[in-house]
Amino acid sequence: MSSTAITPSVVDPAILLPALRDALVKLDPRQLVRNPVIFVTEVVALLVTVLWAQELLTGIGAPAFSGQIAAWLWFTVVFANFAEAVAEGRGKAQAESLKRGKADLFAKRLLHPNDEADTASEVIPAISLKVGDIVLVEAGDIIPGDGDVIAGVASVNESAVTGESAPVIRESGGDRSAVTGGTQIISDWLRIRITTRPGESFVDRMIGLIEGAKRQKTPNEIALSILLSGLTLVFLIAVVTLYGLALYSGTDLSVAVLAALLVTLIPTTIGGLLSAIGIAGMDRLVRFNVVATSGRAVEAAGDVDTLLLDKTGTITFGNRMASEFMAVEGVGETELARAVLLASLADETAEGRSIVALAKSDYGLTEPPAGEGRPIAFSAQTRISGIDIDGRPVRKGAVDAVLRFVGLDKSQAPAGFNAAVDAVARTGGTPLAVAEGTRLLGVIHLKDVVKPGIKERFAALRAMGIRTVMVTGDNPVTAAAIASEAGVDDFLAEATPEQKLDYIRREQQGGRLIAMCGDGTNDAPALAQADVGVAMQSGTQAAREAGNMVDLDSSPTKLIEIVEIGKQILMTRGSLTTFSIANDVAKYFAIIPALFVATYPELGALNVMGLASPQSAILSAVIFNALIIVVLIPLALRGVAYRPVGAAALLRRNLLVYGLGGLVAPFLGIKLIDLAVSALNLI
Amino acid sequence: MTWQGWLQIGLVLALVASAIKPLGLYMAHVFEGERTFLSPVLQPVERGFYRLAGLDSRAEQTWLGYAMGVLLFSFLGVLLLYAILRLQGFLPFNPQGFEAVAPDLAFNTAVSFVTNTNWQSYGGETTMSHMSQMLGLTVQNFVSAASGIAIAVAVSRAFARSGVDRIGNFWIDLTRATLYVLMPMAIVVALVFAALGLPQTLEGSVTAMTLEGVSQTIAMGPMASQEAIKQLGTNGGGFMNVNASHPFENPNAFSNYLAIFSMLSISSALVYAFGQIVGSRRQAWALLAAMAILLVAGIGAIYWAETAGNPIHLAAGVDASLGNMEGKEIRFGQAMTALYAAATTGLSNGGVNAMHSSLTPLGGLVPLFFIQLGEVLPGGVGSGLYGMVVFAILTVFVAGLMVGRTPEFLGKKIEAREMKLAMLAILILPLAILGFSAVAAVIPVGLAGPANAGPHGLTEILYAYSSAAGNNGSAFAGLSANSPWYNTTLALAMLAGRFAYIVPVLAIAGSLAKKTRVPASSGTFPTDGVLFVGLLIGIILILGGLQFFPALALGPILEHVLMLAGQTF
Repeated sequence: MSSTAITPSVVDPAILLPALRDALVKLDPRQLVRNPVIFVTEVVALLVTVLWAQELLTGIGAPAFSGQIAAWLWFTVVFANFAEAVAEGRGKAQAESLKRGKADLFAKRLLHPNDEADTASEVIPAISLKVGDIVLVEAGDIIPGDGDVIAGVASVNESAVTGESAPVIRESGGDRSAVTGGTQIISDWLRIRITTRPGESFVDRMIGLIEGAKRQKTPNEIALSILLSGLTLVFLIAVVTLYGLALYSGTDLSVAVLAALLVTLIPTTIGGLLSAIGIAGMDRLVRFNVVATSGRAVEAAGDVDTLLLDKTGTITFGNRMASEFMAVEGVGETELARAVLLASLADETAEGRSIVALAKSDYGLTEPPAGEGRPIAFSAQTRISGIDIDGRPVRKGAVDAVLRFVGLDKSQAPAGFNAAVDAVARTGGTPLAVAEGTRLLGVIHLKDVVKPGIKERFAALRAMGIRTVMVTGDNPVTAAAIASEAGVDDFLAEATPEQKLDYIRREQQGGRLIAMCGDGTNDAPALAQADVGVAMQSGTQAAREAGNMVDLDSSPTKLIEIVEIGKQILMTRGSLTTFSIANDVAKYFAIIPALFVATYPELGALNVMGLASPQSAILSAVIFNALIIVVLIPLALRGVAYRPVGAAALLRRNLLVYGLGGLVAPFLGIKLIDLAVSALNLI
Repeated sequence: MTWQGWLQIGLVLALVASAIKPLGLYMAHVFEGERTFLSPVLQPVERGFYRLAGLDSRAEQTWLGYAMGVLLFSFLGVLLLYAILRLQGFLPFNPQGFEAVAPDLAFNTAVSFVTNTNWQSYGGETTMSHMSQMLGLTVQNFVSAASGIAIAVAVSRAFARSGVDRIGNFWIDLTRATLYVLMPMAIVVALVFAALGLPQTLEGSVTAMTLEGVSQTIAMGPMASQEAIKQLGTNGGGFMNVNASHPFENPNAFSNYLAIFSMLSISSALVYAFGQIVGSRRQAWALLAAMAILLVAGIGAIYWAETAGNPIHLAAGVDASLGNMEGKEIRFGQAMTALYAAATTGLSNGGVNAMHSSLTPLGGLVPLFFIQLGEVLPGGVGSGLYGMVVFAILTVFVAGLMVGRTPEFLGKKIEAREMKLAMLAILILPLAILGFSAVAAVIPVGLAGPANAGPHGLTEILYAYSSAAGNNGSAFAGLSANSPWYNTTLALAMLAGRFAYIVPVLAIAGSLAKKTRVPASSGTFPTDGVLFVGLLIGIILILGGLQFFPALALGPILEHVLMLAGQTF
């Protein structure tokens, strides 16, 4: 279950067969009433079925016709249910495996939790744990519930949740103290304070989410349902009153044809696919290894105006790396590089390794054989590393430390040296000094390296109308340099948690929606305040509780994908709504002439599709209306393609495809079905 | 169709277009409480009114307070007008000595004028005393128009504001609309009308001896002043039974130009004022463009259908050169009749300069369809604008989702509450129009109304309820509507069309005013471009018109295909 997981095919029989069964179960009107459009369809289908039975028994009317209408009305309802069931089915397998992992868990609850040496415990079922209980887990145990590590260090296999099999370290204090119920401890032991009630844990939430059991309509879904219900009412009025108007015109319309007209006019296409779109969207998110606590948050993601991104790990690689060596006057490039290489051999930090790598790659140097000279290892106290070779000390390190080492004051250093140091600092980099003996050789430029491709992503976000704001603890000079290199719109330098929170509040007061990600406990207030707060799975329990999404891969750039998925859900809804409404034009042209051509043959002029007979026209419209739901299920599950090209271009494209397509497609579809209906002699 | 005809149409529309900006800016200033060139004269009067009413000119109302103000004022207006009509026999300025108006007709008329519908189940010159015309009907011509403007202004403010629950003060907006906008314009227009030959007198009628030697009673009255506010306030209730086709109400081409200009100018300019108040003039032009495109398409359709004429007439040997001239005035011709018919129904004016019943089936379909679209092209004073705002909200909701954001219009998020209210408003027209029509088309008291059999009769019924529910007031003619059934149901349709629409609209305004305005970005659905204009037109046609297609198919469309087949009833 990594982000590259293959999306199950829509025609996977393992999903389709159970979905077909579920589609029938969902016919229960108590369930269906949540979806007004399909509920109305079901009521109408029931009515036509009863009338068909009556026609069969009495022999009055055209039972063959009304029977077929009834059947296709039922198909319409079943297809709509089927769409929802398929969407749910795709998450079910995943939920099953999570549930299995959860079953029959036991916990070792400590009897004397206050005594750190006492490991006496009782074994109780995990479901009877309470918040605040202290449990002990040892190598091989499954962690019984979500909690905070209060003592111990252990490696934990979290693959049951994240799908990532490499174990992670969990320890007390700091940002790695959160553990998730259902994950397995591989080595050592942990004391854990349980922080969630059984049934409300992370895995439970995940199961609920994937299964769609606790799915609640999102605000936009509610608003859209209101529009669809309103349209249903409007067309109900139009169809019911048509009976009276037709009577005036000398036509006594049968219930079956009025029912056919009603069901084809009300927005059954979007009504039937609406919940599938939402479920599939959440499912896509889960496939991206992101778990949202609510659909509301996913929808908000589509609306986000500002992304607050941590510099380290998101925009830059997180480690400063050597980018160039700057020699002072009188020192050769190679000489400097050789000194740098020698001085950095004993520096095991990431920065030290990057210096060695640069010396090798850009200057073609090779490491001298081991054992030559006496290495001086880097330490945080001296902030210097180096080597004593042939009695000469070669050193590199923080500028002030090296100056102290060579016994010079900054004012006494060569002008070229000071200029290089300032130049590096101005661009936001970190200068390191290099000396041999008492001679200053030059400066190493350490720089926060911006991830490749990130600038293009930000440009894409800008095209979508989303501002990116970089948050960093760096000073403003460094921050500005990286901000301009990465192409973010704004930055927040020397940021404290309070400043972050203030920034979010300020933006929100201006009506903007903010998304951010974070992992530390001090991120929690900002995560809670943000409209979309993505907590890292590797983060603390506090952060995970505060956010409304958890990224199982703990990858901060995921925020961008989350926004795209949010937008995709809304776009799919809008496109299918437009399609559904645009369909009505063709259906009118199919059904209206069919209703009245018997009384007024002149109205046959409206039969622009040249449909075979009034009955086949009506039946074809109803069949088209039912089949289009099935045809569009893959699109509803996959979502309308999203491209970061700006609102106007997106709208133009979707309008062309789904608006114009919605106008034209049913003309073709109904005509083709009519040809088939007449060829098969269904009427 | 001739180029001269189109030139005339273009000329009148160009005149209207040139008035949009100055008049719109003026109204925006008036309703923002800023000084205008009329302030030195009118401000003392305005203040005097507030002092008399004990009104604090800074006190504002919530949407509910505002709506209650509208409802209370309208209710009292109905009561007062009903009383005047019932008591006109005892009141002065009744030179012809008309008796009291019958109860159902008085109720229908009171409702009709208070709702800015001006449906007339009566012949003005044979029913109403001058007192009733001036103190009763004309007063409502002013204040019902002013109420509409006030509501539109409140809706505009809701978009401009952020995080407040107040949308203005109905009594102040009402006063300003009457005092600063309608009164000055009405005075000027009335004087010009009088100069163009409309009678303006308190005389009752004159009796003349005709050439054939019989005596004829020629009705007279204060027509120029009536006509001015009838057009400016998109009221449409004529002094005469035949409305603006009568040579006294509309004597010549110039009075016809002025009439069309007057009815279109305030509604169009209000859209500009909306743009000014919400801070986006481009938005105003976008809305106006959508209105203009549909209006011109309608004018063209009527013009084409009428000049194409009626094949049955042609077969009978009628001169084909002018097209279908039945029910039209030769002094206006086809072009100006088409423009008048489209404008009066694109607006909620309802005055006519030709008999719509005599238009060809397709020519008659356009005015009927325009009313059913909700009269937003550009619609009645105020009501057109807020109707258009509801359509714009629906448009951004359906289309806005397609750009991947929850929909917003002018920076305001459109959510469940707004959708609920907008759908409530949208439901009113089909419910009132199709509901009443379907009943009237099958029950004997309803079937007694239409003068014609067949689809034309159905169109007459449909048109009457469309006109009432849409607060248009124009009559298709041919329907004998002065019966208890029609008077009552039409009055109910008028009430529903006006107030069941206004209350949700004001609730939307209240809800929007509370929301924070979201700044636009390149991810926002742009609502001031060509694409939006096209979409808006699509939504107006599909959501506003599609539900009427079956009814129209049985009315004008059926009549058209039967006409082509040569069938008559």
